[in-house]
Amino acid sequence: MPEQELYDTIIVGAGAAGMTAALYAARRAMKVLVISQDIGGQAATTNEIENYPGVDFSDGPSLMNKFKAQAEKFGARFVFAEVQRIEKGTDETNKPVFSVFTNTQSFQGYSLILAYGLTHRHLGVPGEKEFGGKGVSYCATCDAPLFKGKTVAVVGGGNSAVDAALLLAKICPRVYLIHRREDFRAEAVLLEQLKQPHIELVLNSEVKEIFGDARVRSLVVCDVADKSKERKIETEGVFIEVGFVVNSKIIEGLVELDERKQIKINLNAETSESGIFGAGDITNISHKQIIISAGWGATAALKAYEYLQKVRGFRGVTIDWGLAKKPTVLATPTDPAAAKP
Amino acid sequence: MAEVQLSDQNFEAEVLKSAVPVLVDFWAPWCGPCRVQGPIIEELASEVDAGKVKVGKLNVDEHSATASQYGILSIPTLALFKGGQVVEQFVGVQSKETLRAALEKHAA
Repeated sequence: MPEQELYDTIIVGAGAAGMTAALYAARRAMKVLVISQDIGGQAATTNEIENYPGVDFSDGPSLMNKFKAQAEKFGARFVFAEVQRIEKGTDETNKPVFSVFTNTQSFQGYSLILAYGLTHRHLGVPGEKEFGGKGVSYCATCDAPLFKGKTVAVVGGGNSAVDAALLLAKICPRVYLIHRREDFRAEAVLLEQLKQPHIELVLNSEVKEIFGDARVRSLVVCDVADKSKERKIETEGVFIEVGFVVNSKIIEGLVELDERKQIKINLNAETSESGIFGAGDITNISHKQIIISAGWGATAALKAYEYLQKVRGFRGVTIDWGLAKKPTVLATPTDPAAAKP
Repeated sequence: MAEVQLSDQNFEAEVLKSAVPVLVDFWAPWCGPCRVQGPIIEELASEVDAGKVKVGKLNVDEHSATASQYGILSIPTLALFKGGQVVEQFVGVQSKETLRAALEKHAA
């Protein structure tokens, strides 16, 4: 029988949004569970963070580990696992209860905060999956040093693709940058740096297939307009930097999504489903930044707290920020129906 | 038990000739996701039955001979060795659950 535990809120994802939500919810004396496959999400993959206020400079993992430690200090519990399925049900009083299933366990929550961010977009071409870890990489900053002295290819046209090409150009004798269009979306200052004799731009081209034996040996690109025009490129590395997408498998049918499969939220971080909140990069917010995700995580937690007050008469800590000397007064519920005795 | 710090020098004795299955975390200090994986590995190492399985970490920057021998081209790579052979391999950050399940499967 799988383990069953009941929480005031279950947060799926432990990036900037999820961990800030955990901190805020825990400080409201909510019983908080965070389920995530990792800590820090995308922020943990960067080595330089210089735009988080109050922090002059940090690498991603260090800052994200601080987020985690702070949330744990106030009682949030973390479980490292992949969520397989989420179900909405009701308890004996007919109030919503959400069940979250991992491979081996299930957890129940009176509210849910979805904050598991984005995942790498894949090319979806033959050989890509097969050669994962054998020359196909989605993290240039991680794997570039392992390709020192080799010929490599980068796929993509944004800042991250150009960054990857420039990083690899420092240690590789030949770098191909394969892009579907004529023009790059990357910043001009980066594009200027691409003008190096050993960097070759392969434009208006898309990868058709990746080939190799025990590791990648080559790839074939074709012209975007005329797919019969093919070219074989000898390479030992394929760095795929074509952006990020929502992994919508567990939320399809649970909450309303936009055309990019992002969770639609309102200004209160509420989704289309009462009791389910969304925060961070997984939602339809416009900028994917650590501070913005953190802000939405805080909003989601505070709104989840209000939701619990209304629906379940939850009484946690109503005054935060060290104002404990003042008499503790329960915040007045805004919903008149909930105010009735 | 804490995780074993592996090197080019002790890899054969600690991993290849180990009587029990060994989970090896190939990592490097410059790699963000590896630093996410690190605490998960440490937690796992402290929880497993040391008589049945072993958990170790190999820094591919300092011990590149072993890393290149096993064709490590993405980090973190988690490889499970049994009887001197790789019996299971994962690329990218893995949850503790996934790794524990793999260890239990091969420890049996």
